[in-house]
Amino acid sequence: MESSDRQQLDKLQASLVAQVEAADSLANLETTRIQALGKKGEITQQMKKLGGLAPDARKAMGQALNTVKDTVTSAIEARKTALEDVELEARLLSERIDVTMPARPAPVGRIHPISQTWEELVAIFGEMGFSVAEGPDIEDDFHNFTALNIPANHPARQEMDTFYLPEDESGARKVLRTHTSPVQIRTMQSIMPPIRIIVPGRTFRADHDATHSPMFHQVEGLVVDKATHMGHLKGTLTAFCRAFFGVDDLPLRFRPSYFPFTEPSAEVDIGCSREGGQLKIGAGSDWLEILGSGMVHPKVLENCGIDSTVYQGFAFGMGLERITMLKYGIPDLRPFFDSDLRWLKHYGFLPLEVPSLVRGL
Amino acid sequence: MSMKLTLGWLQDHLETEASLKEITDKLSMIGLEVEAVQDQAEELAPFTVARVLEAKPHPNADRLRVCQVESIHGVTQVVCGAPNARTGMIGVFAPSGSYIPGTGVDLKAGVIRGEESNGMLVSEREMGISDEHDGIIDLPADTPFGAPFATVAGLDDPMIEIAITPNRGDCLGVRGVARDLAAAGLGTLKPLHAPKVEANFDSPIKWRRDFDDAHQTACPYVAGRSFRNVKNGPSPAWMQQRLRAIGLRPISALVDVTNYVSFDLGRPLHVFDADKLQGDLTMRMARDGEAVLALDGESYELSGADTVIGDEAAAHAIGGVMGGENSGCSETTTNVFLEVALFDPDRVASTGRRLGIHSDARYRFERGLDPDSVDWGVEVGARLILELCGGEASEVVTAGENPKAPRQISYRPERTLSLGGVDISTAEQSDILERLGFAVSTEDARFSVTVPSWRPDVECEACLVEEVMRIHGFDAIPQTPLARASDLPHGALTPVQRRRNAARMALTWRGMTEAVTYSFLSGQVAALFGEIPAALRLVNPISADLDVMRPSVLPNLVGAAARNQDRGLPDGALFEVGPQYRDDSPEGQSLVAAGVRAGQAAPRHWSGGQRALDAFDAKSDALAVLAACGAPVDNLQVDGEGAPGWYHPGRSGALRLGPNILAYFGEVHPKVLRALDLKSGAVAFEAFIERVPQPKSKGGKLRPAVDLSPFQPVSRDFAFLVDQAVSAEKVVRAAKGADKALITAVDLFDSYSGKGVEPGHKSLAIAVTLQPTKGTMTDEEIDAVSAKVIAQVEKATGGSLRS
Repeated sequence: MESSDRQQLDKLQASLVAQVEAADSLANLETTRIQALGKKGEITQQMKKLGGLAPDARKAMGQALNTVKDTVTSAIEARKTALEDVELEARLLSERIDVTMPARPAPVGRIHPISQTWEELVAIFGEMGFSVAEGPDIEDDFHNFTALNIPANHPARQEMDTFYLPEDESGARKVLRTHTSPVQIRTMQSIMPPIRIIVPGRTFRADHDATHSPMFHQVEGLVVDKATHMGHLKGTLTAFCRAFFGVDDLPLRFRPSYFPFTEPSAEVDIGCSREGGQLKIGAGSDWLEILGSGMVHPKVLENCGIDSTVYQGFAFGMGLERITMLKYGIPDLRPFFDSDLRWLKHYGFLPLEVPSLVRGL
Repeated sequence: MSMKLTLGWLQDHLETEASLKEITDKLSMIGLEVEAVQDQAEELAPFTVARVLEAKPHPNADRLRVCQVESIHGVTQVVCGAPNARTGMIGVFAPSGSYIPGTGVDLKAGVIRGEESNGMLVSEREMGISDEHDGIIDLPADTPFGAPFATVAGLDDPMIEIAITPNRGDCLGVRGVARDLAAAGLGTLKPLHAPKVEANFDSPIKWRRDFDDAHQTACPYVAGRSFRNVKNGPSPAWMQQRLRAIGLRPISALVDVTNYVSFDLGRPLHVFDADKLQGDLTMRMARDGEAVLALDGESYELSGADTVIGDEAAAHAIGGVMGGENSGCSETTTNVFLEVALFDPDRVASTGRRLGIHSDARYRFERGLDPDSVDWGVEVGARLILELCGGEASEVVTAGENPKAPRQISYRPERTLSLGGVDISTAEQSDILERLGFAVSTEDARFSVTVPSWRPDVECEACLVEEVMRIHGFDAIPQTPLARASDLPHGALTPVQRRRNAARMALTWRGMTEAVTYSFLSGQVAALFGEIPAALRLVNPISADLDVMRPSVLPNLVGAAARNQDRGLPDGALFEVGPQYRDDSPEGQSLVAAGVRAGQAAPRHWSGGQRALDAFDAKSDALAVLAACGAPVDNLQVDGEGAPGWYHPGRSGALRLGPNILAYFGEVHPKVLRALDLKSGAVAFEAFIERVPQPKSKGGKLRPAVDLSPFQPVSRDFAFLVDQAVSAEKVVRAAKGADKALITAVDLFDSYSGKGVEPGHKSLAIAVTLQPTKGTMTDEEIDAVSAKVIAQVEKATGGSLRS
């Protein structure tokens, strides 16, 4: 191959590469490509001349031309990428939006505080082997009173402010259950011990003022087997109160009391302090009454057909609103049932986590 | 109800060294819960008896005096405005820094018109013990110098208020409280002071009982005695102070004696003015319609179920409930008859309840009285009457007999351990029981325990466990964990309970907020939700707004939405998972997840306009609940005629599985909105989550193998012209049925009527997805399925493919 040819090719390559690199737009670059590699392009023209050369010269010239072609092609590709990047960047810049505009709303509601407490109770007592039992809100006299050892003229019955429904033909009248205790009776009538249940639910008393609502919620607990004694009651309630209020050393105080359906009976206080007018639950100088409890009265067991000389157990009950108010610092009972969206948003719970002991309550 | 007593009164019955705090702490821990303690001695501690050495006019103020006061604090200068301040008087002094209860402020040292004043000579009103403010307290010259004023005035006896549980009628007298404290180791119970009172004459009034066999228990036993030549003036200061301390108003010696014994020993008495009675007194049942003018000034009409005390002319008192006005004692009474009776607790309770009388007597009789109290009560009453009023007493007259039947309970001392969890020695157990008045004899390892006459509440072995344990102390109960029955998590919830949670979670994530509303509502509103059976109307509602059990959860939610709009929150989405009531049986109550959306579907947003709510928002909610509860939502039928009358008749529906209605949804009927004052429109749903069929569990938790086709699915769109009356569901079902193996989804994506579509018709467009499983589909195969889809839809709907 002649050195003049070589020089000419080098010059061609340099010129084309320079043109490629000078191209300032994809359109110019395309023009340059056609000028070099198009049907009438300079390299294509050279290629067409190869046929007129002697075989040796053709081979050498061909290889040289291919190198030039590859170099120019690579230069075009590189330049194209660079120009595309510039163009993309310019486009993206022109597409700028105001990201401070509000996002599309995707509202999430709130769980009512009573439901949250309900689920927390299920989580804590469920872990201890309790199942959830329920019963009707409209009860008969037997389940709400008589079977629970509260006969007709018993003073405890008078203190309950019962809601009554009309008498039927036989003179019997149903009541709105005044406590969740009738579910103890229904459970013991339907299954044999061992029994381990909690009963959350609606309860009703004809009383309406700042601290009483005609409808409220209670949770009842019942354990019946052959060996459960008052120590188990204390152990269970201590474990519950500590888990529920999240206070590991929360002291509990059992005081003798009276309920017709338990014997012995105890009221249970938890420790608290009221320093500076702020109620704080935990070991302190004061006590706060939160629940009633006791060993199931033998008459109640017998009323349900359970042999009280063989079986025994404990029962307890507490107000859901009260423990909810204490735990979450909700000052007033009345808004619980008023469905004020502002109140529900403030005191309600996001549905993010089902209450569970391992995740924390 | 509660029982009040004073520390000094308690010490009449209890020999004790214990402090007030020890006593009140112990009371709460043995089951006599202390509700309040009022210690005036403590409140009045700064106030002591002082002497005014000199009182001279204030140099700069006519009405003021400058006094030199000698007190236990030394000599202090005090500027005083009282007109009665004078040299040499004995008054009550409080130094600077004392809290003045009557004014509620801490006394500060100061300079009044140029004269220093470092304390105060006080009036009764300033000490908060009366309204007396005419001048400062002026005490007799012989009042001990430096003595606390509370002591001088007899106000140093602290008052204790105890909540008495219904079983402890025996503690409605101070003596019962003292007995419990003595049993708990806080002293010794003094003997009852009830000596036999000498009889000086024959009672001119005798007792009779006139009961048929069925009513013998109404008053099984009554005693009484006559008094003559008594003088009924005011009772002595010590008795008045005690009665006042527990909130009773002293009336006259005779009446005060009956009140005093009622609170001292828990034994109600009654005194008649004997000169107002005719002949003997008879215990009998009232005649129907018989009236008694009671001591409260009211006339009560009685029935044959009430016990009365009558003379030969009329009924005078309602047995166990209240005495009569016409035979009551007054200042002029000179001849008296004392009644000490025993009444049937049940009968007293129902009479008192029916007449609406809450008296101290009723309260004690209905809790059961010690039958022996008839015999000692007539002596105690007589002793006090003679002490306070003079005169003479007759012999005791009685009718009936003491019905006491000593009860014996066989008791195993080991039950404190096996039932109570506490091991207590048999020696301590019998000791506790005996201090409480039980008689204990040991037979083998058992006790035979005789219950004292004043404890009708103690019925069984468990009661004795409680008696022993409460005195031993509940603090001794150990904390024993419950043993776990199994290592497996047992699943605390039933399937329906899990659905309740699932429904709640699903709706909350859909932006709805949970409400909890009353189970009752106004009958007028409820009537819009169907006829309310009489059995669901409350006899004693707290107000007419809450007088029937709710037939649906919706009305309360619509009402809540209206209240929220009135608060300025126009767009609200509320739901409740709770009961509704069809009748008064357990089966008549069902669990419903219901929700209401009011206002706009979405608030105004820059990315798009507001959208009005429609029935499909409610349909989505209902389907979300049913899906969360495990219902086969793809297979539900939608019944456009199926929703009840509280929905818009043309824009509502029912979701059904055959005849089983799982939910209603739609726009709320305008009449309901109007009745509940909801100004915007609203959509609602009710899902009956107990009706969702239980999924059949095959192979436990195992799931079938997944079938992932390697071939791409194909989608083809079709539009059909159908009559307006043809439901979309019909088109979709027909298309799905064209090839059950290949067609995996049919989605309706357009519904159009208007230009280009014949009036009375609509165009429904569907996308049909084919999922080949054996190989990529050829055009011929796809055309064949398409032809089947067209044929099926046309056949089912009478429509035609839109070309």
